Amino acid sequence: MNYNFKFGALWRYQDEIVQGLLLTLQLSAVTMVCGLVIGLGVALAAGSPRRMLSAPARVYVETIRNTPLLVQLFIVYFGLPSIGIKLDALTAALIALSVNMGAYSAEILRAGFESVRRSQVEAARSLGLTAGQAFRHVVLFQAMKAIYPALASQFVLMMLATSVVSSIGVAELFHQASFIDSRTYRSFEAYALITLSYLALTLVFRSLFSGVYWAVFVRRPRR
Amino acid sequence: MPLVEMRDVRKSFGSVEVLKGVSLSLEKGEIVAVIGRSGSGKSTLLRCINALETVQSGKIVVDGIDVTAPGADLNLLRQRAGMVFQSYNLFPHLSVERNVTLALKLVRRMDQAAARRVAEQVVTKVGLADKLQAYPDELSGGQQQRVAIARSLAMQPALMLFDEITSALDPELVGEVLRVLEEVAREGMTMMLVTHEMNFAKNVADRVIFMHEGRVHEDGPARETLAAPRTTELGAFLSAVLH
Amino acid sequence: MIREFSPADVVYLIAAARWTVLLALTAMVGGGLLGLLVAVLRIIPLRPVNWLAIGYVNLIQGTPLLGQLFVFFFGLPLFGLSVEAWTAAALSLSIYASAFFGEIWRGSLQSVSPRQWEAGAALGLTYPQRLFYVILPQAVRISVPPTVGFLVQLVKNTSLTALIGFVELTRASQIITGATFAPLPVYLTAAVIYFAICFSLSQLSRRLERGLHAAR
Repeated sequence: MNYNFKFGALWRYQDEIVQGLLLTLQLSAVTMVCGLVIGLGVALAAGSPRRMLSAPARVYVETIRNTPLLVQLFIVYFGLPSIGIKLDALTAALIALSVNMGAYSAEILRAGFESVRRSQVEAARSLGLTAGQAFRHVVLFQAMKAIYPALASQFVLMMLATSVVSSIGVAELFHQASFIDSRTYRSFEAYALITLSYLALTLVFRSLFSGVYWAVFVRRPRR
Repeated sequence: MPLVEMRDVRKSFGSVEVLKGVSLSLEKGEIVAVIGRSGSGKSTLLRCINALETVQSGKIVVDGIDVTAPGADLNLLRQRAGMVFQSYNLFPHLSVERNVTLALKLVRRMDQAAARRVAEQVVTKVGLADKLQAYPDELSGGQQQRVAIARSLAMQPALMLFDEITSALDPELVGEVLRVLEEVAREGMTMMLVTHEMNFAKNVADRVIFMHEGRVHEDGPARETLAAPRTTELGAFLSAVLH
Repeated sequence: MIREFSPADVVYLIAAARWTVLLALTAMVGGGLLGLLVAVLRIIPLRPVNWLAIGYVNLIQGTPLLGQLFVFFFGLPLFGLSVEAWTAAALSLSIYASAFFGEIWRGSLQSVSPRQWEAGAALGLTYPQRLFYVILPQAVRISVPPTVGFLVQLVKNTSLTALIGFVELTRASQIITGATFAPLPVYLTAAVIYFAICFSLSQLSRRLERGLHAAR
């Protein structure tokens, strides 16, 4: 092999990389918030005894979880305009990502609340707590503890998956690789560098999340 | 007026009728042991009194509160009737102290300092004053169950219900929990216990109720009833558990 | 020339889906073999080797598959290897799968209680006997549902290879869209085909998991 790796040539593009990085972070944050809101609504609907609510919720979760994000993205961005819904690339990306994240968080939330045993609610109720108090002071914390790790790893998976929106031209981090490639013709170096910057993001978020987990759920306040 | 009054209570789970018309009454200060085979309906009986189960028909009145009436104040009922469970059901995310003070603050509207004083007092009573700041998973099963009793005592209920509270414990830990129960009994608390501890039933309870196939099969003074069962079913049950 | 989206296009899409399936199967086999190695390297009592395996898993699970695809697509030719999209796709999906399989199987192995090792030893079984007759049968049963579950991810992720130009279901959809200008029916058809494959696998995984709990 007599190829000379030249990563040095890429440093000129650090501004583009930083901008892409910021957009990736924004995409991830907005997707997380919207996905959680959708997920909470869907989880509540799916658990409802009324089929009018639970059936569509289940169909939504199954449909999203059993089709590729990329195809979902193409349907939103390329497909919807033919029925008169024209979206710019960023909006289409946010919608596709949030709808996708919604289905996964619905499953995580449902499983988390189911993991809190019924006996905990009974114990709280038998002490005279109202249903609302039992939920807030007994169920919620335990459910959050069960939900948090799954949600944290789902966040990382989603953050990595935002890279696919580069395919419709959203100038997030991954998109910068093709930009740098087109300027330098250093394809391998460009993609390797960008791919590794995601690793840095992943590691930062993982340690952040486990720090928060420790502080909130493991550390025990003693007076 | 009796503290607990049940009239012809029926309870089914799906197609299985677990309580087939149970009537009984409990006076203030009485200590009643409920015994019977598993599946005889004894735990369900207890859970109906605390409205953890809703009954299909019949009437239950506890401390003047009609449990079975629509719109009954169940939160008030549950303040009057404390309950301790087989699986302790301590709140794993709260320290011993906060397990006890949670309901005092939320239900009794006590301030932090007053709730804390009550917690110290009841936890000391069950012999765990040094464990106030411990968390449930740092305690043995027996200690957890004593905390659960303290948590219920703290609410100063008129009646306490105990649902097989020693059944999940290792044999060597049963004694410490029973001693706490005896202590509570000595102070005049009205108690209803579902139990497999026949010696405890004989020595501490005033009265024994034998449940059989969803009905009260025998009901009488503890010592006499256990020493000389009137029905063959109770006789058979006693010889099965004692041998 | 623009033409209508016709039943012939649906047939074309279904035919293209065989490449999706073939790619997923290749990655399953390749990733399975590599994943076995990863699982073994993760659990053998040799610290540096463990760290190496952990580093590998973190690298693969910490970067986007899309990035891995492009790195292989542009990197392989530098080593004088084929520039075909298929090679890059099959290789990077296998590597991607190996990290996940490795973790799933390690988890399954470690979820068998250590007391089972002791029980085997107490009966006088040798180490390999304990492994093959006591531990592995239990671990395999535990690992089957999540393994099948991951295959769903794998099938869905084959769609990313469209972006390096490998003609599977998603790339075929892009091609037909170019000819018909009917993106909505085309991508919806593709979604239905993906759904048919993935939903069957999801249901299979769920049924296996229920069977596992029922058998206990």
